[in-house]
Amino acid sequence: MKFIRLAIKEIIGMFVDDGSLALLAVILVAAVTVGVKLLSLPPLVGGILLLAGCIAILAWSVRRATLRH
Amino acid sequence: MTGGFAPSCQSLGGVIALRDEDIAFSKETAALQKQTDDRRADYLAGLASFKAVLLEGAEVVFIVIAIGTAHGRTFYAGLGALAAFILIAPTGLIVHRPLVRVPENALKFIVGLMLTSFGIFWTGEGIGADWPGADPRAACNFRDDRGGIACCPLDARRRGGVDGGSYR
Repeated sequence: MKFIRLAIKEIIGMFVDDGSLALLAVILVAAVTVGVKLLSLPPLVGGILLLAGCIAILAWSVRRATLRH
Repeated sequence: MTGGFAPSCQSLGGVIALRDEDIAFSKETAALQKQTDDRRADYLAGLASFKAVLLEGAEVVFIVIAIGTAHGRTFYAGLGALAAFILIAPTGLIVHRPLVRVPENALKFIVGLMLTSFGIFWTGEGIGADWPGADPRAACNFRDDRGGIACCPLDARRRGGVDGGSYR
């Protein structure tokens, strides 16, 4: 059982290095998708928001690491 | 966005120490060798190999699905992946020693940048965005990502990151 928990933890760790960054990226994609599909946001605007949002999230993650170190 | 991309930005900006794969491999090997009498070593060795192969295998599956299903050619995309595996396996055996000299952190940064750019491009296409310029737009995303990220290492160095930052 301990081995299974360890294996699951390792597998999740392979895909998610920074949990906050991953969560924010998922939230951003979900928000843009909802905006485009349900709120009639123009898809190209959604794409631009996606690009700007990803850059902002990455910059925030690097800045957070800077403050931590 | 790949999870390893943010740490590669941080290491190139001098915020955290650069990752040295040689040292990491030596540490893991030493840890396993210490436990040769312990039955857990069998599980650890199996787990280490399982991790590496599972991650790369999952990437191959995602790529084949992404490229193949877009045009209904999953079989041919799979054949392409198989051909690449047949080519890369013996190549890796031959060149694995010189490959240690490849600057890993810069390589991870570039690969992360490319994956992020393509990911944004394909996600945008998935929600119906008609990117101006179509496929070459992915290269522009690469440039935009790079521009946005280039500011971060400079900012980190201004704030006094780890040993001023050095590129390998």
